[in-house]
Amino acid sequence: MKIKLSKKWLASPYIIWMVGFIVLPLITIFIYGFTAVDGGFTFENIINAAKDKVNMKALGLSLIISAISTVICFLLAYPLAMCLNNLKMKRKTFVAFLFILPMWLNFTLQMTAINALLEQEGIINLVLTKLGIEPLQIANTPTAIVIGMVIDYFPFMLLPIYNVISRIDHRLIEASKDLGANSVKTFFKIIFPLSLPGVISGITMVFIPAISDFAIAEILGGGRLLLIGNIIEQDFKLGRYNGGSGLALILMAFVLITMAVTSAKSDKEGGHML
Amino acid sequence: MEKLLELRNISKSFNKELVLDEFNLYVKRNEFVTLLGPSGCGKTTALRIIGGFEKPDSGSVFFEGQDITDLAPNKRNLNTVFQKYALFPHMNVEENIAFGLKIKNKSKQYIADKIKYALKLVNLDGYGKRSVDAMSGGQQQRVAIARAIVNEPQMLLLDEPLAALDLKLRQDMQYELIRLKNELGITFLYVTHDQEEALTISDTIVVMNQGYIQQIGTPESIYNEPENAFVADFIGDSNIIDGTMIDDLLVEFLGVKFKCVDTGFGKNKPVDVVLRPEDIILTKPDNDTKLKGVVTSLIFKGVHYEMDVMVNGYELLVHSTKLEPVGTEVGIDVDPENIQIMNKPASEDEEVASLED
Amino acid sequence: MKIKGFLRGFGNFIQRFYIVFLLIILYLPTAVLVMMSFNENTSTFEWTGFSIEKYKMLFENEDILESVVTTVGIGLLSALISTVLGTLACIGIMAMSRKLQTVIKTTTNIPMLNADIVTAIAFMLFFVRFFGGLGTHTVLIAHITLTLPYVILNVLPKITQFDYKIYEAALDLGATNFQAFRKVMLPDIMPGVITGFIFAATLSFNDFTLTYFTKPAGFETISTKIYSAVRTKGIRPEHYALATILFVIVLLILFIVNYKGNKNEGKKDK
Repeated sequence: MKIKLSKKWLASPYIIWMVGFIVLPLITIFIYGFTAVDGGFTFENIINAAKDKVNMKALGLSLIISAISTVICFLLAYPLAMCLNNLKMKRKTFVAFLFILPMWLNFTLQMTAINALLEQEGIINLVLTKLGIEPLQIANTPTAIVIGMVIDYFPFMLLPIYNVISRIDHRLIEASKDLGANSVKTFFKIIFPLSLPGVISGITMVFIPAISDFAIAEILGGGRLLLIGNIIEQDFKLGRYNGGSGLALILMAFVLITMAVTSAKSDKEGGHML
Repeated sequence: MEKLLELRNISKSFNKELVLDEFNLYVKRNEFVTLLGPSGCGKTTALRIIGGFEKPDSGSVFFEGQDITDLAPNKRNLNTVFQKYALFPHMNVEENIAFGLKIKNKSKQYIADKIKYALKLVNLDGYGKRSVDAMSGGQQQRVAIARAIVNEPQMLLLDEPLAALDLKLRQDMQYELIRLKNELGITFLYVTHDQEEALTISDTIVVMNQGYIQQIGTPESIYNEPENAFVADFIGDSNIIDGTMIDDLLVEFLGVKFKCVDTGFGKNKPVDVVLRPEDIILTKPDNDTKLKGVVTSLIFKGVHYEMDVMVNGYELLVHSTKLEPVGTEVGIDVDPENIQIMNKPASEDEEVASLED
Repeated sequence: MKIKGFLRGFGNFIQRFYIVFLLIILYLPTAVLVMMSFNENTSTFEWTGFSIEKYKMLFENEDILESVVTTVGIGLLSALISTVLGTLACIGIMAMSRKLQTVIKTTTNIPMLNADIVTAIAFMLFFVRFFGGLGTHTVLIAHITLTLPYVILNVLPKITQFDYKIYEAALDLGATNFQAFRKVMLPDIMPGVITGFIFAATLSFNDFTLTYFTKPAGFETISTKIYSAVRTKGIRPEHYALATILFVIVLLILFIVNYKGNKNEGKKDK
């Protein structure tokens, strides 16, 4: 008992840190979001932010772009996770490692390189012109932003899905076949439901940074396309703290609602894995 | 009775290691057959080949007269109860049981009736909505059995189904299995390394070692008349002693001649003599006693005492309900019908292969 | 049988093709950066010849070199602090009741689940209002907070697996609590601690959003430096060289970590 009592206290610096630097800053956003510049309580920041057409257009664009990026990441990553899992053991770890490695690369440099590829006079168009093909017009379009997001966030979708799939007990698949299910039915009734927790965390890890992004849009959108993140960034760089906080709270609400919906769905279908 | 399942000349190796070599076996309809052997003897591989999860390198599997060697597992009319159960964790008890029936597009009413029947059969009435994670090992085991039998397979394959349960539960489940088999009237092929379990539940035991069959027979015959030293040693405790078959019905071991019931070994032939520890009779030594020994160790085992008795330089294992303290001199006798004579294997290889047929 | 074998072979081929295809797409940006770093041409993407001129330019650009030093400094310092805090916290958390554990674990996950930009502006507001403005220390605090959950994520499972009986055995044999921790527990959880540290350091190296909002004027890490440069003038020749060097370093570190990890596992098997 004595050992246990003394050990608990080892967590106290961490707990103090968390309260000080996670909880208090979050409260600060709420304070700013619900106060006017003069310090009085108000709903104005949020109402005005929601009324503003530019804001809502940016939020809509963010939603569409992040949803499309998330779906593309998922559609590419899920089959890949299955393929990787089918590889022979030794090669499996190495190839999976290759796919995860870009996670560690500097993201602004990656975006810069993608821009170099997609630019009007970029590498892809350079090659196309040499081959006598009409150059692409994707620089500074939502398509360019989606491409950037998919390449940047892909490992974050792949990793959790691959982890879950590679840990599915092979006997469950054998049991399903033993009970008469063919490969297709085994996939939809056993493998996919069991992989749902990984899918959910993959979606979370792609969708949240995507919907709140401003840097990818800035570099690949040429500063012309405004996502919700860009507007929040401008508000704060220009010192409009209260209005910016209002918008940030709206974004937070969107993220929370999306996550609540996805995890509720997974609870219903995926059962007790989470 | 007809042969429901037949394995013909099955060979299988993993990473160049031969696990089954020209393996032949048949199972008759309505039998309870157990494959018994130490781990790595090939019993689980044999079961997986029958289930369709492994393809043999050569040889064929016949089921109800049809060659099913290349048939996918989902097309075979038999079901498996897996080691550690392999219940689907994202489904509750009912959904697990209904899985095979839903695949076969049975009607809702049929499925509901079957679930009810199966739950009753395995004594899990009212557990249908439970999550499988929330159940004990014994309950999970019952769900796994229910999940298999609702499909009305011709044959049930059970891969060490009780290995993860504790002793008391394992014993209860053994009787449950016998009851289930009698009620359902289907054929059971059972794999275990536990010899007591095999003796309790089986109609027929197939003792295996290193990919070869050592002996096939009823539990009684396997126990009482082991055909070689491996079987004798693996099934229960036994004393295996060098001996000489003097003539029919007369054997000499430990320097003394004993009457026995075996014939046909020839004259003055070296043999292995098997004495079960509970068959050795300890007597008060007197002048008529032909074999004497001294108790060297004594352990109380609950039902009986386990003693080591030193006899002419050989340590005999003896089970007796009567206590003889360490150091006591005792007389030793065995009834003729309890002396089991086996041919000596000519070489190491033959020790394994001699009873391959 | 033959058709089945053919189908299986075909399926294998498709799978391999798919894997290679995605690898190419994923590494295309990196390939561009590496190739361009050796391109003599500094104004367009056209290949005019091999040159290491861009590397020379990088090592003459003091602004960028300074940002590299800043990035490494912040990264190592924040990783060190969060590894110590996090490891201690894990030991403490394990000694707590279930309920308390859940509360703490949930709070720990907030920065991971919250949008980066929200966490970042929350920090900025907090520091500006209650800390008297932004400085190097605010970047450091933000990075520690960002990396702490990942340290805990890596260390907690190791501590959960740790057999407390071994610890008690050490006490029984006369060790003090500290000795038992240092000689028995720490070696056992070390792999998790090291992974946690590396995780934390790389996260800090690569962070953009938090740094961007919590940094004072004139303070630049690699990410913010490149971002502001690219935003105003587009990509510069030195960036290619920098990207290539960083890629090689990441590759080396990850290979060393993986190789070491494998070796340790091998030892355990024996």
